Amino acid sequence: MRIVVIGASLAGVRTVQALRRAGSEAHITLVDAHHEVACDRPPLSKKFLSNSAAAPIPVATSAQLHEMDVELVLGRRATDLDVGARSVGLHGGGRLGYDALVVASGSTPRTAPGLEPRPGVHVLRTAEHAAALRAGLAGAARTVIVGGGFIGSEVASTARGMGCDVTIVEPLPTLMVRGLGPVLGEVLTRRHAAAGVDLRLGIGVAGIEGRDLVEGVRLADGSLIAADQVVLGLGTTPEVAWLADAGLQLRDGLVCDEHLAAVGTDGVYAAGDVARWWHPRYGEHVRVEHWTNAVEQALVVAANLAGTPTVYDAPPYVWSDQLGSRLQVVGRVRPQDDVRFVHGGPGEERFVAVTGGDGSLQSVVGFGAVRELMPYRKLLVEGATWAAALDLAGIPA
Amino acid sequence: MRVKVDLNVCQGHGVCHMSAPDVFELSPEDGHSIVIVDPVPSELEADARLGVESCPERAISAETGSG
Repeated sequence: MRIVVIGASLAGVRTVQALRRAGSEAHITLVDAHHEVACDRPPLSKKFLSNSAAAPIPVATSAQLHEMDVELVLGRRATDLDVGARSVGLHGGGRLGYDALVVASGSTPRTAPGLEPRPGVHVLRTAEHAAALRAGLAGAARTVIVGGGFIGSEVASTARGMGCDVTIVEPLPTLMVRGLGPVLGEVLTRRHAAAGVDLRLGIGVAGIEGRDLVEGVRLADGSLIAADQVVLGLGTTPEVAWLADAGLQLRDGLVCDEHLAAVGTDGVYAAGDVARWWHPRYGEHVRVEHWTNAVEQALVVAANLAGTPTVYDAPPYVWSDQLGSRLQVVGRVRPQDDVRFVHGGPGEERFVAVTGGDGSLQSVVGFGAVRELMPYRKLLVEGATWAAALDLAGIPA
Repeated sequence: MRVKVDLNVCQGHGVCHMSAPDVFELSPEDGHSIVIVDPVPSELEADARLGVESCPERAISAETGSG
């Protein structure tokens, strides 16, 4: 059996490792456009930025992969997929045949006209990106972050911790509103403001000023924020361009069933940022860009390839280190759902909140309260009702 | 199988406890992970493995062998 894995980052590498651990004797080829196996990304927006001695940690070393008898094809981009012939084209020529294919091609930072990377304008995805940003932050550069989502909020927190002047520009009314919803997003926003982050919310960016060096960021109302560097936190786009002519369903990701198998063909699976899979818990296709999702999906794909049919229906989990505390989100915070604080409160340093609607518990959000979050996380996984969550907290329904 | 948590590396994410509640407990003091079954019984090995894999800090190691 020949298994080809496209993407030597977390999802792809973990898939390969799980296959070998399960005793697979398949011929495994791991392909990536980059010349090295990717590094672990969560630290890149956190301690890697603030610690000049921190080195990126590869997801696995080439030596470890060779030891597992994995053929590494690095520096070659996958260019197309032919599901009829069961082969993948590689940049520079040549094709790889497969019996099973794992699409783990990840995602790339989104850009916009006028908001593209150049010297002094950073995106954050790879170790090289992080090293460039770190150098700027170490020089205490005035930093403007475009986008108040996950990456923007985390970088702002780290940069403030290093004593940099930081501004976040975000067209939505609160930070991390997609991840946290309006109520908890507002709580996080107030904390960033208290930490000295200059927040420009509810306004867009007109462009970046400065010819060679960055001089500032022009807002939609014409005002100018002086800056030495800019960080673009505009989200990411799944890497599916190489699948454009494969005849598969592409919809902001590769559309898969609940087993993470691509719809409309045989033997093609997806894992990580690129997978838009049917989530039985939610009754819709979802795509999740978090670390834990990539790790768990890799295990599910490996199990399915090894002949143990496995469905992936875990609620998403993500953590973020901000303002000296750990933020944890389990499940999905829907904007319309109720929010109740079940431990601490919005003005306290540590809290746990639950969100719910339609009679069911939808998410648990903790700030600096890892242990207190756990009982609610358990309820969530079990599919508890909203009433059960309130009952656990002793709140009358 | 035996699993071990390096408490110098553990940051108290609690993901191992989410993945394998019968293998990992969280310390009431600091939220660090505590292994509660040693060796891990065979019926919990898959859970324990998931706990090892899902540690964002790579603080957990597994030893397979006669144990």
